[in-house]
Amino acid sequence: MTDAISVSGLVKTFGRTRALDGLDLTVRPGEVHGFLGPNGSGKSTTIRILLGLLRADAGTARLLGGDPWRDVTTLHRRLAYVPGDVVLWPNLTGGEVIDLLGRLRGGHDPDRKAELLERFELDPKKKGRAYSKGNRQKVALVAAFASDVELLILDEPTSGLDPLMEEVFQRCVEEERERGRTVLLSSHILSEVEALCDRVSIIRRGRTVESGTLAELRHLTRTSITAELASPPDGLTTLPGVHDPDVQGTRVRLEVDTDRLDEVLRHLTRAGVRSLTSTPPTLEQLFLRHYEDEAPAGMTR
Amino acid sequence: MRSLAGTGRLLALGLRRSRIMLVVWVYALVAYAASTAYGFKTLYDTPASLRDFVAGINGNGAAVAMYGRIHVAGSIGGITAWRMAATGGLLVGVMSVLLVIRHTRGDEEAGRLELVGAGVVGRRAPLTAGLLVGVVANVALAVVTALALIIIGLPAAGAFATGLAWTIPGLCFTAVAGVAAQVAETAQAARTIALAAVGVAYLLRAVGDAGRVAWLPWVTPIGWAEQVRAFGAERWWVVALGPVAALVLGVAAYALVERRDLGAGLLAARTGPAGATPYLGGPLGLAWRLQRGALLAWLAGFAVYGAAVGGILKGIGDLVKDSSSMRDILARMGGRQDLEDSYAAAMMGIIGMIAAAYAVQVVLRMRAEETAQRLEPLLAAPVRRVRWSIGHLLFAVAGPVLLLAVAGLTAGLADGLRVHDLGGQVPRLLGAALVQAPAAWVAAAIAMLLFGAAPRLAPAAWGVLGVFLLLGQLGPVLRLSQVVMDLSPFTHVPKLPGGEASATPLLALAAVTAAITAAGLTGLRRRDIG
Repeated sequence: MTDAISVSGLVKTFGRTRALDGLDLTVRPGEVHGFLGPNGSGKSTTIRILLGLLRADAGTARLLGGDPWRDVTTLHRRLAYVPGDVVLWPNLTGGEVIDLLGRLRGGHDPDRKAELLERFELDPKKKGRAYSKGNRQKVALVAAFASDVELLILDEPTSGLDPLMEEVFQRCVEEERERGRTVLLSSHILSEVEALCDRVSIIRRGRTVESGTLAELRHLTRTSITAELASPPDGLTTLPGVHDPDVQGTRVRLEVDTDRLDEVLRHLTRAGVRSLTSTPPTLEQLFLRHYEDEAPAGMTR
Repeated sequence: MRSLAGTGRLLALGLRRSRIMLVVWVYALVAYAASTAYGFKTLYDTPASLRDFVAGINGNGAAVAMYGRIHVAGSIGGITAWRMAATGGLLVGVMSVLLVIRHTRGDEEAGRLELVGAGVVGRRAPLTAGLLVGVVANVALAVVTALALIIIGLPAAGAFATGLAWTIPGLCFTAVAGVAAQVAETAQAARTIALAAVGVAYLLRAVGDAGRVAWLPWVTPIGWAEQVRAFGAERWWVVALGPVAALVLGVAAYALVERRDLGAGLLAARTGPAGATPYLGGPLGLAWRLQRGALLAWLAGFAVYGAAVGGILKGIGDLVKDSSSMRDILARMGGRQDLEDSYAAAMMGIIGMIAAAYAVQVVLRMRAEETAQRLEPLLAAPVRRVRWSIGHLLFAVAGPVLLLAVAGLTAGLADGLRVHDLGGQVPRLLGAALVQAPAAWVAAAIAMLLFGAAPRLAPAAWGVLGVFLLLGQLGPVLRLSQVVMDLSPFTHVPKLPGGEASATPLLALAAVTAAITAAGLTGLRRRDIG
């Protein structure tokens, strides 16, 4: 089966800025794929190329087996898109926008629309200008989830939603997965990605720096260990893969690359373990590892 | 006054944000006053021609309704002030409303006010700053206008009276906009309310002037502007009516500010249908929803303008028969037929330019949709760019035809009723209006080319239209060479009524339109969106 999205070596420049610098991205059919990166790293540019709004300068992009620039109408019948910053027409109501976007894709089920409106607690009678940011996002989400498509492209879809609505959103994505649909979820809300995604790609400055399942990626990062030992440890701090060791008598705190965990534990047991806490890496740590030299202010959990 | 804290900074921010809009408005209005004074000076250079002009206007009900009655008859200054008071007052009112709404309810609706409101900004500061932007604009306009008229050679006292007369409607509608911004919850609704007030003031004055109801002009700020009697025995106390009325309205606006929450208004925003009608199913249906309101408003405007032009047509010959330079200019603008026909043809040329402005605005709406990121979700659906664009282009093509047809029809009816020849004048003036359409299309096509091929330059379409306007209006006065005049599509339109009707130039303009539009669509297909 062909990949839902397959992008390799994608380059896009705007004047002097190189927004994409050889980006790779593979999304398999039926998976929920997390697309992670800080603001300005090129997530939206990639999505715009996949939607045929921008033309890539170099590299290849395939979407549902077609060319995103040439096969616009045939491909767009099979996908739905939620932009990060939803802008509505000021004098159209939310319900009108949902119907319009649905009809452009060949019509949607009114029962499904009604169900989604209820779940997202959205009043479809308000005019576009009267909605808050979160409610504008709900309009786009209802339109996307109500349409019968193979691929959902969601660009930071929950940045204006409250925790309750975030919950509803996550359940909707789960349901889409159960129906066998593919989802590309661009986000920097890491808890959301951890909860929903089968695989993730992390990008930085227009390049893919990490791609795989969460388990695979965790393997690449550090585990924190706190231990109370029977006797002071010997040679622990010089072991390969150990970072920031803090040894005070028999108390030990350290971080270790997860693939070097065995060696460290063997050292600890040799000294006699009285108590041990080990914390697996979170996605946040995973993420920050790639952005240590950049401001992490945009990251939220 | 802690409730006014931060007003100075907000005012500075507002003036900076609107600096281009302010300069353009002041420049355009000063140019209107100066070119009118200059034109009158060259056209009515003898006491006899001036006397005939005044008698002709005051004897023509439609002209009196449109411009007001001439009270100060014996000088160029007098008729300049007359021409500025009503039509200029209308424009000054519109300027004040747009500025004040932009900086009060507009900022509030966009959420910008919330951003600054969290800083050290008093409760009354945003409204005060918004009103002050209007006051600054009006004072600057009054002073620059007065100086311009003095430079042209009019007496200083009258020049200042003319400039100050504009501040009466200016300040009043500044305050009206301040109230409307508190009453309505959206900038759109606030603008509608305040602009309706401006329109009603102009109409009441028109009825009062034309119907000789002496007290009626005294009810409205635009009527007060006429009562200053600049260049005659100036009534300076009338100038004070503006600030006084503005103060009363301002107090009302402040009272409303105290009684409402940020973001709320007295009139809640209306809700609409929960689902779309079958018509709203594609790009064309959406274009209709987005464009129809403006089209209907423009249609109403064209109907009124056409009727006004038709209404003053009969007897226009008497107004200009003694001014050889005016006759000459009319002949160059409208062709060498009899005077009434060449005046009608010149007026139709102006109506054609306005129709072109509508068409350009329709095309630039597409750019606005793109930059507001409302285009993205449409193109992410199975909608081709060209199909989306054609939805709007239909309005740019059919819109001017419809507008010109309405203006031609009302002009023909108004004139036909006066000369008792409906069957003759309606088709003549209708045809004279409709031949302008292909020239308007060319302007729209140029806008489409810019939007498609160089979207950042799309607003330059207004500049192109401005050049056409200058060539059409100043070309005949400045006696520009035909090669330069030929650059404007409007030069090629047959001079109807009365002139020689020929289909060739119209077909050529239509062909040019099609070629430029096709190039624009090709550019749109190939470029990046956003």
